[in-house]
Amino acid sequence: MYVIVVGGGKIGHHLAGSLLRNEHEVMVVERSAERCESVRRELGNIAIAGDGCDEETLMRAGTARADVFIATTGRDQDNLVSCQIAKHRFMATRTIALVNAPSNGRLFEAVGVDVWVSSTDVIVDRITEELPASSLVHLMTVRSANRQVVGIRIPSDAAVVGRSLGQVSLPADSLISFIVKRNGTLLPPYEDSVLGTDDEVVAVTTAEGEEILREALTGTM
Amino acid sequence: MNVLVMGCGEIGALVATSLWQEGHLVSVIDTSSDRLRRLPRGLQQEAVLGDGTQEDDLKRAGIESMDAFVAVSSEDVDNIFAAQMAKHVFMLERVTCRIDDVARYQLYSELGLDAVSAAEAVSGLILQAVNG
Repeated sequence: MYVIVVGGGKIGHHLAGSLLRNEHEVMVVERSAERCESVRRELGNIAIAGDGCDEETLMRAGTARADVFIATTGRDQDNLVSCQIAKHRFMATRTIALVNAPSNGRLFEAVGVDVWVSSTDVIVDRITEELPASSLVHLMTVRSANRQVVGIRIPSDAAVVGRSLGQVSLPADSLISFIVKRNGTLLPPYEDSVLGTDDEVVAVTTAEGEEILREALTGTM
Repeated sequence: MNVLVMGCGEIGALVATSLWQEGHLVSVIDTSSDRLRRLPRGLQQEAVLGDGTQEDDLKRAGIESMDAFVAVSSEDVDNIFAAQMAKHVFMLERVTCRIDDVARYQLYSELGLDAVSAAEAVSGLILQAVNG
Protein backbone atom coordinates (compact mmCIF):
# COMPACT_ATOMS: atom_id res chain seq x y z
CA MET A 1 0.00 0.00 0.00
CA TYR A 2 1.02 3.61 -0.48
CA VAL A 3 0.47 5.54 2.73
CA ILE A 4 0.77 9.29 3.28
CA VAL A 5 1.56 10.29 6.85
CA VAL A 6 1.08 13.96 7.68
CA GLY A 7 3.18 14.99 10.66
CA GLY A 8 6.67 13.72 11.38
CA GLY A 9 6.53 14.13 15.15
CA LYS A 10 6.75 11.29 17.62
CA ILE A 11 3.65 9.48 16.39
CA GLY A 12 4.08 10.11 12.65
CA HIS A 13 7.74 9.16 12.73
CA HIS A 14 7.15 5.87 14.55
CA LEU A 15 4.11 5.07 12.45
CA ALA A 16 6.13 5.59 9.27
CA GLY A 17 8.84 3.26 10.58
CA SER A 18 6.31 0.61 11.46
CA LEU A 19 4.61 0.86 8.05
CA LEU A 20 7.98 0.55 6.29
CA ARG A 21 8.84 -2.58 8.28
CA ASN A 22 5.52 -4.00 7.10
CA GLU A 23 6.69 -3.33 3.56
CA HIS A 24 4.37 -0.46 2.75
CA GLU A 25 5.44 2.52 0.72
CA VAL A 26 5.35 5.65 2.86
CA MET A 27 5.66 9.41 2.43
CA VAL A 28 5.83 11.70 5.43
CA VAL A 29 4.72 15.32 5.03
CA GLU A 30 6.24 17.48 7.75
CA ARG A 31 6.34 21.24 8.12
CA SER A 32 9.58 21.46 10.08
CA ALA A 33 12.79 20.97 8.06
CA GLU A 34 14.50 19.66 11.16
CA ARG A 35 11.96 16.90 11.77
CA CYS A 36 12.00 16.02 8.07
CA GLU A 37 15.75 15.59 8.29
CA SER A 38 15.41 13.34 11.31
CA VAL A 39 12.90 11.11 9.47
CA ARG A 40 15.23 10.93 6.45
CA ARG A 41 18.26 10.13 8.58
CA GLU A 42 16.52 7.23 10.31
CA LEU A 43 14.09 5.91 7.72
CA GLY A 44 15.47 6.97 4.34
CA ASN A 45 14.35 9.48 1.76
CA ILE A 46 10.65 9.33 2.55
CA ALA A 47 9.85 12.82 3.83
CA ILE A 48 8.95 16.06 2.16
CA ALA A 49 9.00 19.41 3.92
CA GLY A 50 5.72 21.23 3.61
CA ASP A 51 2.32 22.06 5.02
CA GLY A 52 -0.06 19.10 5.09
CA CYS A 53 -2.99 21.51 4.76
CA ASP A 54 -1.68 22.79 1.45
CA GLU A 55 -3.13 21.18 -1.67
CA GLU A 56 0.03 21.72 -3.71
CA THR A 57 2.21 20.02 -1.08
CA LEU A 58 -0.16 17.07 -0.87
CA MET A 59 -0.06 16.76 -4.63
CA ARG A 60 3.74 16.66 -4.60
CA ALA A 61 3.59 13.94 -1.95
CA GLY A 62 1.54 11.81 -4.34
CA THR A 63 -1.72 11.87 -2.42
CA ALA A 64 -3.64 11.13 -5.61
CA ARG A 65 -2.32 7.57 -5.67
CA ALA A 66 -2.36 6.97 -1.91
CA ASP A 67 -4.34 4.03 -0.56
CA VAL A 68 -4.43 5.43 2.94
CA PHE A 69 -4.02 8.98 4.23
CA ILE A 70 -3.14 9.47 7.90
CA ALA A 71 -2.91 12.82 9.72
CA THR A 72 -0.92 12.62 12.95
CA THR A 73 0.05 16.15 13.92
CA GLY A 74 -0.43 17.56 17.40
CA ARG A 75 -3.01 20.03 16.11
CA ASP A 76 -6.54 18.79 15.50
CA GLN A 77 -7.18 21.75 13.17
CA ASP A 78 -4.42 20.60 10.83
CA ASN A 79 -5.43 16.94 11.01
CA LEU A 80 -9.02 17.77 10.11
CA VAL A 81 -8.26 20.08 7.20
CA SER A 82 -5.58 17.84 5.65
CA CYS A 83 -7.94 14.85 5.76
CA GLN A 84 -10.69 16.91 4.12
CA ILE A 85 -8.37 18.04 1.33
CA ALA A 86 -7.18 14.45 0.80
CA LYS A 87 -10.73 13.19 0.67
CA HIS A 88 -12.31 15.83 -1.53
CA ARG A 89 -9.41 16.91 -3.75
CA PHE A 90 -7.52 13.63 -4.13
CA MET A 91 -10.40 11.21 -3.58
CA ALA A 92 -8.53 9.39 -0.80
CA THR A 93 -10.61 6.34 0.02
CA ARG A 94 -9.41 5.94 3.58
CA THR A 95 -8.59 8.93 5.75
CA ILE A 96 -7.45 8.41 9.33
CA ALA A 97 -6.91 11.21 11.82
CA LEU A 98 -5.30 11.45 15.19
CA VAL A 99 -7.57 13.43 17.50
CA ASN A 100 -5.71 15.16 20.31
CA ALA A 101 -8.74 16.52 22.22
CA PRO A 102 -11.20 13.64 22.68
CA SER A 103 -14.27 15.91 22.43
CA ASN A 104 -13.25 16.85 18.87
CA GLY A 105 -14.09 13.33 17.72
CA ARG A 106 -17.68 14.38 16.98
CA LEU A 107 -16.51 17.01 14.51
CA PHE A 108 -14.19 14.58 12.68
CA GLU A 109 -17.07 12.19 12.38
CA ALA A 110 -19.50 14.88 11.22
CA VAL A 111 -17.30 16.00 8.34
CA GLY A 112 -16.68 12.46 7.13
CA VAL A 113 -13.14 11.56 8.21
CA ASP A 114 -13.26 7.76 7.91
CA VAL A 115 -11.52 6.83 11.12
CA TRP A 116 -10.42 8.96 14.04
CA VAL A 117 -8.32 7.82 16.92
CA SER A 118 -8.19 9.73 20.16
CA SER A 119 -4.76 9.22 21.70
CA THR A 120 -6.05 10.27 25.11
CA ASP A 121 -8.89 7.75 25.00
CA VAL A 122 -6.56 4.99 23.85
CA ILE A 123 -4.11 5.64 26.67
CA VAL A 124 -6.82 5.94 29.32
CA ASP A 125 -8.47 2.71 28.15
CA ARG A 126 -5.17 0.89 28.05
CA ILE A 127 -4.30 1.92 31.59
CA THR A 128 -7.80 1.20 32.89
CA GLU A 129 -7.50 -2.25 31.39
CA GLU A 130 -4.54 -2.92 33.66
CA LEU A 131 -6.43 -2.00 36.81
CA PRO A 132 -7.43 -5.17 38.63
CA ALA A 133 -10.79 -3.74 39.67
CA SER A 134 -12.10 -3.09 36.17
CA SER A 135 -14.39 -5.77 34.88
CA LEU A 136 -15.15 -4.20 31.49
CA VAL A 137 -12.71 -2.81 28.95
CA HIS A 138 -13.37 -1.28 25.54
CA LEU A 139 -11.41 -3.15 22.93
CA MET A 140 -12.67 -1.49 19.78
CA THR A 141 -15.38 0.74 18.37
CA VAL A 142 -17.26 -0.22 15.21
CA ARG A 143 -18.49 3.25 14.34
CA SER A 144 -20.50 2.42 11.27
CA ALA A 145 -22.61 -0.01 13.30
CA ASN A 146 -22.57 2.18 16.42
CA ARG A 147 -21.26 -0.75 18.43
CA GLN A 148 -18.44 -1.46 20.82
CA VAL A 149 -16.32 -4.55 21.19
CA VAL A 150 -15.78 -5.09 24.92
CA GLY A 151 -14.01 -7.57 27.13
CA ILE A 152 -15.62 -8.52 30.43
CA ARG A 153 -13.75 -10.47 33.10
CA ILE A 154 -15.90 -12.75 35.24
CA PRO A 155 -15.24 -12.18 38.94
CA SER A 156 -15.24 -15.17 41.33
CA ASP A 157 -18.42 -14.02 43.07
CA ALA A 158 -20.43 -13.61 39.84
CA ALA A 159 -23.72 -15.46 39.64
CA VAL A 160 -22.81 -16.86 36.21
CA VAL A 161 -19.77 -18.82 37.43
CA GLY A 162 -20.40 -22.49 36.65
CA ARG A 163 -23.36 -21.73 34.38
CA SER A 164 -23.50 -22.26 30.67
CA LEU A 165 -24.05 -19.38 28.23
CA GLY A 166 -27.51 -20.70 27.41
CA GLN A 167 -28.57 -20.07 31.00
CA VAL A 168 -27.48 -16.45 30.99
CA SER A 169 -29.93 -13.83 29.74
CA LEU A 170 -28.17 -11.27 27.58
CA PRO A 171 -29.39 -7.95 26.18
CA ALA A 172 -30.86 -8.35 22.69
CA ASP A 173 -28.43 -5.94 21.06
CA SER A 174 -25.35 -7.76 22.36
CA LEU A 175 -23.56 -10.71 20.85
CA ILE A 176 -20.90 -12.83 22.56
CA SER A 177 -17.99 -13.39 20.15
CA PHE A 178 -15.81 -15.79 22.14
CA ILE A 179 -14.64 -16.63 25.64
CA VAL A 180 -10.99 -16.64 26.67
CA LYS A 181 -10.62 -19.21 29.46
CA ARG A 182 -8.32 -18.46 32.38
CA ASN A 183 -5.69 -20.80 30.93
CA GLY A 184 -5.75 -18.92 27.62
CA THR A 185 -7.78 -21.35 25.51
CA LEU A 186 -10.52 -19.96 23.30
CA LEU A 187 -14.06 -21.16 23.57
CA PRO A 188 -16.74 -20.47 20.95
CA PRO A 189 -19.99 -18.99 22.26
CA TYR A 190 -22.01 -22.22 22.28
CA GLU A 191 -25.12 -22.55 24.40
CA ASP A 192 -23.33 -25.14 26.56
CA SER A 193 -20.03 -23.23 26.96
CA VAL A 194 -19.53 -22.96 30.71
CA LEU A 195 -18.35 -19.71 32.29
CA GLY A 196 -15.73 -19.73 35.04
CA THR A 197 -13.91 -17.34 37.34
CA ASP A 198 -11.48 -15.00 35.51
CA ASP A 199 -12.74 -16.02 32.09
CA GLU A 200 -12.81 -13.07 29.71
CA VAL A 201 -15.92 -12.73 27.59
CA VAL A 202 -15.46 -10.75 24.39
CA ALA A 203 -18.72 -9.32 23.11
CA VAL A 204 -20.16 -6.81 20.65
CA THR A 205 -22.63 -4.44 22.26
CA THR A 206 -24.17 -0.96 22.08
CA ALA A 207 -23.62 1.96 24.40
CA GLU A 208 -26.98 1.14 26.01
CA GLY A 209 -26.42 -2.61 26.17
CA GLU A 210 -23.00 -2.31 27.76
CA GLU A 211 -24.09 -1.85 31.38
CA ILE A 212 -26.77 -4.55 31.13
CA LEU A 213 -24.22 -6.94 29.72
CA ARG A 214 -21.74 -6.12 32.46
CA GLU A 215 -24.42 -6.66 35.11
CA ALA A 216 -25.49 -9.96 33.51
CA LEU A 217 -21.94 -11.33 33.52
CA THR A 218 -20.50 -9.86 36.70
CA GLY A 219 -23.58 -9.41 38.95
CA THR A 220 -23.64 -11.42 42.14
CA MET A 221 -27.35 -12.22 42.35
CA MET B 1 -28.94 38.98 16.42
CA ASN B 2 -26.28 37.45 18.71
CA VAL B 3 -22.99 37.15 16.87
CA LEU B 4 -19.70 35.62 17.97
CA VAL B 5 -16.63 36.84 16.08
CA MET B 6 -13.45 34.78 16.25
CA GLY B 7 -10.27 36.76 15.63
CA CYS B 8 -9.67 40.38 16.54
CA GLY B 9 -7.16 41.43 13.93
CA GLU B 10 -7.96 44.39 11.69
CA ILE B 11 -10.73 42.52 9.89
CA GLY B 12 -12.23 40.94 13.00
CA ALA B 13 -12.25 44.19 14.93
CA LEU B 14 -13.84 46.01 12.00
CA VAL B 15 -16.52 43.36 11.46
CA ALA B 16 -17.31 43.20 15.18
CA THR B 17 -17.48 46.98 15.54
CA SER B 18 -19.70 47.40 12.48
CA LEU B 19 -22.12 44.71 13.60
CA TRP B 20 -22.21 46.23 17.07
CA GLN B 21 -22.91 49.70 15.66
CA GLU B 22 -25.75 48.20 13.64
CA GLY B 23 -27.26 47.17 16.94
CA HIS B 24 -26.36 43.47 17.13
CA LEU B 25 -25.18 41.81 20.30
CA VAL B 26 -21.57 41.00 19.55
CA SER B 27 -18.91 38.99 21.39
CA VAL B 28 -15.33 38.63 20.21
CA ILE B 29 -12.92 35.81 21.00
CA ASP B 30 -9.16 36.02 20.44
CA THR B 31 -6.07 34.42 21.94
CA SER B 32 -4.34 37.79 22.38
CA SER B 33 -5.44 40.39 24.92
CA ASP B 34 -3.44 42.98 22.97
CA ARG B 35 -5.55 42.40 19.89
CA LEU B 36 -8.77 42.52 21.89
CA ARG B 37 -7.81 46.07 22.94
CA ARG B 38 -8.53 47.18 19.36
CA LEU B 39 -12.22 47.01 20.18
CA PRO B 40 -14.07 50.24 21.02
CA ARG B 41 -14.64 50.80 24.73
CA GLY B 42 -18.29 49.77 24.72
CA LEU B 43 -17.44 46.43 23.13
CA GLN B 44 -14.48 45.68 25.41
CA GLN B 45 -16.68 43.97 27.97
CA GLU B 46 -17.79 41.46 25.34
CA ALA B 47 -14.20 40.47 24.62
CA VAL B 48 -13.31 36.90 25.53
CA LEU B 49 -9.69 35.83 25.85
CA GLY B 50 -9.63 32.31 24.45
CA ASP B 51 -9.03 29.97 21.55
CA GLY B 52 -11.90 29.72 19.07
CA THR B 53 -10.78 26.27 18.00
CA GLN B 54 -11.38 24.91 21.51
CA GLU B 55 -14.87 23.72 22.25
CA ASP B 56 -14.69 24.81 25.90
CA ASP B 57 -13.56 28.31 25.01
CA LEU B 58 -16.35 28.67 22.47
CA LYS B 59 -18.85 27.65 25.14
CA ARG B 60 -17.35 30.16 27.55
CA ALA B 61 -17.85 32.80 24.84
CA GLY B 62 -21.52 31.84 24.74
CA ILE B 63 -21.67 30.08 21.39
CA GLU B 64 -24.65 28.05 22.51
CA SER B 65 -26.85 31.15 22.59
CA MET B 66 -25.51 32.68 19.36
CA ASP B 67 -27.38 33.11 16.10
CA ALA B 68 -24.26 33.55 13.99
CA PHE B 69 -20.56 32.76 14.07
CA VAL B 70 -17.89 34.58 12.09
CA ALA B 71 -14.37 33.10 11.89
CA VAL B 72 -12.01 35.81 10.65
CA SER B 73 -8.65 35.20 12.32
CA SER B 74 -5.56 35.32 10.12
CA GLU B 75 -5.19 31.53 10.26
CA ASP B 76 -7.19 29.76 7.54
CA VAL B 77 -7.00 26.35 9.13
CA ASP B 78 -8.14 27.60 12.53
CA ASN B 79 -11.03 29.47 10.90
CA ILE B 80 -12.08 26.39 8.94
CA PHE B 81 -11.93 24.19 12.02
CA ALA B 82 -13.86 26.61 14.25
CA ALA B 83 -16.47 27.33 11.57
CA GLN B 84 -17.15 23.64 11.03
CA MET B 85 -17.39 23.14 14.77
CA ALA B 86 -19.93 25.97 15.01
CA LYS B 87 -21.88 24.36 12.18
CA HIS B 88 -21.70 20.66 12.99
CA VAL B 89 -21.28 20.56 16.77
CA PHE B 90 -23.16 23.70 17.85
CA MET B 91 -25.59 23.50 14.92
CA LEU B 92 -25.46 27.19 13.99
CA GLU B 93 -26.89 27.97 10.58
CA ARG B 94 -25.22 31.27 9.98
CA VAL B 95 -21.51 30.62 9.86
CA THR B 96 -19.04 32.68 7.85
CA CYS B 97 -15.43 31.78 7.45
CA ARG B 98 -12.43 33.72 6.15
CA ILE B 99 -10.15 31.56 4.01
CA ASP B 100 -7.22 33.33 2.37
CA ASP B 101 -5.68 30.42 0.47
CA VAL B 102 -7.51 30.29 -2.87
CA ALA B 103 -7.41 26.48 -3.24
CA ARG B 104 -8.83 25.97 0.24
CA TYR B 105 -11.40 28.71 -0.35
CA GLN B 106 -12.67 26.88 -3.43
CA LEU B 107 -12.76 23.51 -1.69
CA TYR B 108 -14.72 24.68 1.33
CA SER B 109 -17.09 26.76 -0.78
CA GLU B 110 -17.89 23.57 -2.68
CA LEU B 111 -18.38 21.77 0.62
CA GLY B 112 -21.04 24.29 1.56
CA LEU B 113 -19.15 26.50 3.97
CA ASP B 114 -19.97 30.18 3.58
CA ALA B 115 -16.39 31.27 2.86
CA VAL B 116 -14.88 34.66 2.12
CA SER B 117 -11.45 35.00 0.57
CA ALA B 118 -9.57 38.27 0.89
CA ALA B 119 -7.86 37.73 -2.47
CA GLU B 120 -11.14 36.92 -4.18
CA ALA B 121 -12.97 39.85 -2.59
CA VAL B 122 -10.27 42.43 -3.25
CA SER B 123 -9.63 41.35 -6.84
CA GLY B 124 -13.39 41.44 -7.45
CA LEU B 125 -13.58 45.02 -6.22
CA ILE B 126 -10.57 46.01 -8.30
CA LEU B 127 -12.07 44.47 -11.43
CA GLN B 128 -15.30 46.31 -10.72
CA ALA B 129 -13.40 49.59 -10.41
CA VAL B 130 -11.38 48.98 -13.57
CA ASN B 131 -14.44 48.07 -15.57
CA GLY B 132 -16.22 51.13 -14.24
